[in-house]
Amino acid sequence: MTRRPGTRDPKRTGAEVVIVGGGVTGLSAGFWLAREGVDVLVLEAGMVGDEASGRNGGGCSHHHSPLFAEEQRLWPLMDDLLGYPTEFRSERIRLAFSEAQMALYARAKINAEHQGFSTEILDTKEARKLVPLADENTVGGYFYHFGGHANPHRTLAGYAFAMEDHGGQLRQNTRVTGIRIQGGQVTGVETDAGFFGCDHLVIAAGPQTAHLAAMIGCDVPLAAARAEMIVTEALPLMPYGGVDGNGLYGRQTLRGNLAYGGGPHEWVETVPDRAPGKPSSPLMGGIANRLATLLPKAAHARIIRSWAGIMENTPDGRPVIDHAPGVDNVVVATLSSVGFGLSPASGRAIRDLVIERRCTFADISTFRLNRFADLEPDWRERLGWLPLR
Amino acid sequence: MLGEDGPAPGSPVDLKSVAGKPPVTSESFDLLVIGAGKAGLRAAIEAAEAGLKTVLVDENPIPYATMGEDVPRHFGQAMTGAARNRNAMMEAFVASEPLFEAAFEAGVDIRLGTACWGLYAKGAALRHLPGLVAGLSDETSASLVAPRHVIVATGRRDMGLGFPGWQLPGVMGASAARLLAEHYDGALTSGRIVILGSDTEALLTALALAKRGVKTAAVIDQAERPVASPDLIVGAEQAGIPILCRSVIREAIGSERVEGVLVGELDADGVPTGAELQIDCDGIVLAIGSVPMIDLLQAAGAACRFDPARGGHVPLVDFRGRTSLPSVYAIGDCAGIWPEKSRDATIAEQEACDAVDAILGRASERNDRPEPHAEYDLSAYRKAWLRASVIHARAEFPLCQCEDVSARDLLQLRPPRYLEWEGQMPEAHSLAALLAAGPPDPDQLKRMTRAGMGPCQGRRCREQIAALLALEADADLATVPLASYRAPVRPLPLALAASLGEVPLQGEHWDSWFGMHAQWRPFWEVKGQFTLATNDTSGEVASE
Ligand SMILES: Cc1cc2nc3c(=O)[nH]c(=O)nc-3n(C[C@H](O)[C@H](O)[C@H](O)COP(=O)(O)OP(=O)(O)OC[C@H]3O[C@@H](n4cnc5c(N)ncnc54)[C@H](O)[C@@H]3O)c2cc1C
Repeated sequence: MTRRPGTRDPKRTGAEVVIVGGGVTGLSAGFWLAREGVDVLVLEAGMVGDEASGRNGGGCSHHHSPLFAEEQRLWPLMDDLLGYPTEFRSERIRLAFSEAQMALYARAKINAEHQGFSTEILDTKEARKLVPLADENTVGGYFYHFGGHANPHRTLAGYAFAMEDHGGQLRQNTRVTGIRIQGGQVTGVETDAGFFGCDHLVIAAGPQTAHLAAMIGCDVPLAAARAEMIVTEALPLMPYGGVDGNGLYGRQTLRGNLAYGGGPHEWVETVPDRAPGKPSSPLMGGIANRLATLLPKAAHARIIRSWAGIMENTPDGRPVIDHAPGVDNVVVATLSSVGFGLSPASGRAIRDLVIERRCTFADISTFRLNRFADLEPDWRERLGWLPLR
Repeated sequence: MLGEDGPAPGSPVDLKSVAGKPPVTSESFDLLVIGAGKAGLRAAIEAAEAGLKTVLVDENPIPYATMGEDVPRHFGQAMTGAARNRNAMMEAFVASEPLFEAAFEAGVDIRLGTACWGLYAKGAALRHLPGLVAGLSDETSASLVAPRHVIVATGRRDMGLGFPGWQLPGVMGASAARLLAEHYDGALTSGRIVILGSDTEALLTALALAKRGVKTAAVIDQAERPVASPDLIVGAEQAGIPILCRSVIREAIGSERVEGVLVGELDADGVPTGAELQIDCDGIVLAIGSVPMIDLLQAAGAACRFDPARGGHVPLVDFRGRTSLPSVYAIGDCAGIWPEKSRDATIAEQEACDAVDAILGRASERNDRPEPHAEYDLSAYRKAWLRASVIHARAEFPLCQCEDVSARDLLQLRPPRYLEWEGQMPEAHSLAALLAAGPPDPDQLKRMTRAGMGPCQGRRCREQIAALLALEADADLATVPLASYRAPVRPLPLALAASLGEVPLQGEHWDSWFGMHAQWRPFWEVKGQFTLATNDTSGEVASE
């Protein structure tokens, strides 16, 4: 940080730290910064909750990530830290319907054990006991004593409210259209509502992150995709809401609805000046089919909504949380399609990069941008990640 | 930029993506008409007579259980047991509309009791669709069909309006009451009703129900004088229907069902004075606003706009009913409701003919349409009703019945009640503060409070919430966007949706997420540089 908190010129429009993007990543970072008295402003092009951060499955079980330990440590504390309810519930059960699924789902157990978390293997009988909506058809599953799920909308509101309670600011309907640089440093951003100065910039704009980073000559390899979910009417609560498997992710909310997703995604093109379209498709049927197998006793439940969200992926599917090369007061953050659950930790990591210039609680060197230095330039074509004709 | 980008033929395909996985459709035909009212029937007849293979679906008769949830209209449990008899209702529905006979004769494939719950159009983000796809279902099956053209003629519904006791059986929408009385062989429980609202639609409802033996004990309006066309006001008087103005409903009386209403007098500012009178009745009919039923169109992505002369949000259409979606047309009430149109069915039927002409490429007889004008200031009228009935209500009640959200919850942006959160919402995060910072957005309100997120998809609360937002923002209703609808626009059991089928490729490569090996490699196994050439993609992977 070039200046310490509290030294801002009050006549200036802007903030010490400007964050582009009011998704979970940007708002969590805003919360962690504001909590320490840093003058922070989050600029959101649309409405909070309209993009991936408000359209996801709410899963918080990312045992492959260097932020896993912090994700697991923070979630149970978030309601108290924020002062608002996130609907977080810990633990997760994953049911398998073939030996092949059973074998694949073991990886979570292995990864988590490596980090000190335990898992129970369930047989059909035990699975049915823990999951009242399940039936004979499951071959068994795993009861992971880690992870969990939270409500995306509650969580977004919690970050935003808590950030504001700590003096941070959120401006919705404000799209960043340009970035001003002077002497190798960003001095502020142009928006459709005027210029906002800053000492430090965080770009956490989801699928738009690449467009924005490109404005300062920073190449972030990203491709955006559309994915879908369905939700049913409310059913009686199961003892554990975090039940998924059979090719689906999802949960039963505390309200009782079953919210599940999975299946093919569609690669889409994004443009800098408007939010991506996100229609849902008849994929609803494929999700319903697998959900009716996962939880046969819920097969009568009626789907009341489906929706789609757009999220971005890097070529290796891992996040980028790093300083922009050559412009040292900018942090670029994309969570590469798995960013909701990690958000308490990713926001804290961004806070660290802004204030301490390095992440103090985890080794996030695998999130460095320069890992793509040798990436094939035609990576998108080669992976088949282009929109269909 | 459709067609310019995308993988070149023969280039690598992401097998986990939608590439090569179009939805499985069971039928294709020339034209799907949705809704068998006058407009839909006329369109289907014209099209079939011109040789188009035409399927006409209508969800009526609606399953009793679905009616019980106020989908798609606010039935308010006011249907008699006779409505359970599907065959009888099927017959009654057909008998109630003379155009059915012509439609059968013309060879229209008529499917009653069949709802269209989704409409999907190929577009920039649905490129794997073959074209238009529609989802249909009846009580025992569901399917996807691929029509070349779609005419949406889904009709109307009613604006909901809350007051203490509005959850009681016997509180219903005007169009629901008329449907039961006129098309379900009189399967309406109420014989003596009070109507809220005094516009042309409200008085037409009173007069139409009178023909079916339903007595209107009073028409109540918060306005200073009735807003219907003058001849109808005279007609109502002649029929002995009292119209009480500067009045509002204070409460629905009754324990199990509506037994009466308490009507309160309003002062010049629209605030209840305390003077009250009780009227006995067994039904309360909401006729505050007749609303075009655009759920299917909006969920499909058709451009819509707020037009006070057409009853609220309507699809943008040209003079032939073309929506912004290629080959999708909107006609009849769902394209706009106004007094002359409600009183003269030939207007809707002309819209039907225009749309069919467009599909057939026939020269048009007309190149414009009559521009309706609003009977009254729709924005001011709906806001005034909301102020009198909801804001000044004497007791708290759920504005969103499905999710139990009260007006106070909305004004405070309180987290939903099922969380049993006991904290206080600070003033700084109230709805007023949100509106001071930006434009009103019902979807945002929905996400924060869950209002409108239940099985009825906000059909009972969305117009009220829009009016509440407009009131709080001190803005015209036109500035409040439409809360979004989502497919399925009719509740669809998992078991039925599960039967829709899929191409084998979809099953072979199904994964919960992108199915990328590198994404799930534990961080301690990740090596420095990433290139595709060195990326290990061997073996099976399941996303976490
Ligand atoms: C269907 C679905 C299911 C998912 N399930 C899960 C799950 O179970 N668990 C999990 O951890 N993750 C899940 N994800 C992924 C997760 O939702 C995302 O990774 C995460 O929300 C990303 O958050 P973000 O803040 O980085 O980006 P976003 O949510 O995309 O937010 C970025 C914000 O930046 C704004 N913006 C863009 N450009 C500009 C600009 N120029 N100026 C100002 N603002 C701008 C956008 O409007 C947007 O609000 C899922 C995603 C989807 C779509």
